[in-house]
Amino acid sequence: MKYLFVLYDRPEGESPEPGSDEWMETLGAYQAADAAMVEAGVMIDCAPLQSVETATTVRIRNGETLLTDGPAAEIKEQLGGYALVDCANLDEALKWAATIPAVLHGSVEVRPILEIPS
Amino acid sequence: MATVTRLVGGDLGLAEDAVQDACAAALGRWAATGVPSNPRAWLVSVARNKALDRIRRESRRLDKETAAMRDLGPPELPPAARTGDDELGLIFMCCHPALDAQVRVPLTLRSVCGLTTAEIASAFLVPEPTMAKRLLRAKHKIRDAGIPFRVPDRDDLADRLAGVLRVVYLVFTEGHMATGGEVLVRGELCEAAIRLARALAELLPDEPEVSGLLALLLLTDARRAARTDARGDLVVLEEQDRRRWDPSLIAEGEALVTEALRQGRPGPYQLHAAIAACHSTAPSAAHTDWRQIAALYGELLRYEPSPVVEANRAVAVAMAEGPAAGLVILDTVAAHPQLQRWPQLHVARAELLRRLERRAEAAEAYRLALQLEPPAPERAFIHRRLAEVAATG
Repeated sequence: MKYLFVLYDRPEGESPEPGSDEWMETLGAYQAADAAMVEAGVMIDCAPLQSVETATTVRIRNGETLLTDGPAAEIKEQLGGYALVDCANLDEALKWAATIPAVLHGSVEVRPILEIPS
Repeated sequence: MATVTRLVGGDLGLAEDAVQDACAAALGRWAATGVPSNPRAWLVSVARNKALDRIRRESRRLDKETAAMRDLGPPELPPAARTGDDELGLIFMCCHPALDAQVRVPLTLRSVCGLTTAEIASAFLVPEPTMAKRLLRAKHKIRDAGIPFRVPDRDDLADRLAGVLRVVYLVFTEGHMATGGEVLVRGELCEAAIRLARALAELLPDEPEVSGLLALLLLTDARRAARTDARGDLVVLEEQDRRRWDPSLIAEGEALVTEALRQGRPGPYQLHAAIAACHSTAPSAAHTDWRQIAALYGELLRYEPSPVVEANRAVAVAMAEGPAAGLVILDTVAAHPQLQRWPQLHVARAELLRRLERRAEAAEAYRLALQLEPPAPERAFIHRRLAEVAATG
């Protein structure tokens, strides 16, 4: 079964400074987690996202295209990345999700993919 | 139910419908042809085929047939010995942490114990459609999110066990003292809970809390015959006819809790079982070692620091040292806002006040208890006490 891991991390002000020791350590932890999932054959794709300030949101209402500077939902945590995996069941997916550093201060949402036949 | 759920890959809704259809078919067929030599195997086989038919019909629309067929497992009938494993797999599935805590007990009652949605709704004091919706949501979550049908592997087992023990305990207490309906005791729930506890004890012989839970259930269920009178009303512990207690369940429970405590890893279930054992070893209510019970509740507070435990300790202290000593503790506990709506607290206070001859206050406390609508079988007892204290008031 395919699952999407949606990574929510600490709000901008609370994250470690890029380039700092803590930041380097966290980056290493992310890379290790990703490598382990690739090794186990469950990883389909993953990527970090640039910060929330770089987001642009698109809506069309009453035929009018509306663009806003910022994310779709104003929440404290930052949507910071994703991973698409293929696991035997939810238990396996949850085990892998728990290895992702975002869980330490933020959260990882595990959502099953809705399979639509071609 | 457990076996069919496993055979259809964990889809509870599909399994439920298939089992129901198979039972209906059995009623028709067996009336004409007689009951087969292995009725369970017949039912499982027919249910599995009905589930297969349904998946084929639906997958023709959704083009998932190959995947579904692959997930269904081997076509041979499961040996009878698998029943226990299947029930364990089913309960771990129903108690999975990915399911809302609130739905785990209802789902276990439905899928493992076979209660109707109406019965479960009444037990939880919610309207039936509300409970039906909650159960459906849970079944869909299991199917759509891929919650597996199995006993977790070693690493996860310890974490997941606490949740399962709690659900088994709640199923038992629902059977032992039903919250809804007019019948106080539902034996079939007690028996289902004990069966599950035995299976868990077999699976985890080195976990003293599991043996502790089984011991607690056995020692408590041993009193079943004595707990209600001919009219179905509650008979309190001190008034029960101990000759109606089951000696073999008591012997088994006592041996289990003694062995569990010997392992030196005490916990709440073992302590609750030890308290139950204090009652069951007393040849009469007057011989009960209340000092020991009070001490055990004190120990239990370290694991369960709740006002309910403190209230029970107060009652034990009252029995050991006199009602005044117990009332002091109980009055402190009564100040807790969350306990104000707990009828048993007011009954406990009323009992102590009654023994102190403070009848007017006792009557008031009994009335308060009644206002909070305790279960029907307890009300008769409270009314009786109220009449006693009001009579010479």
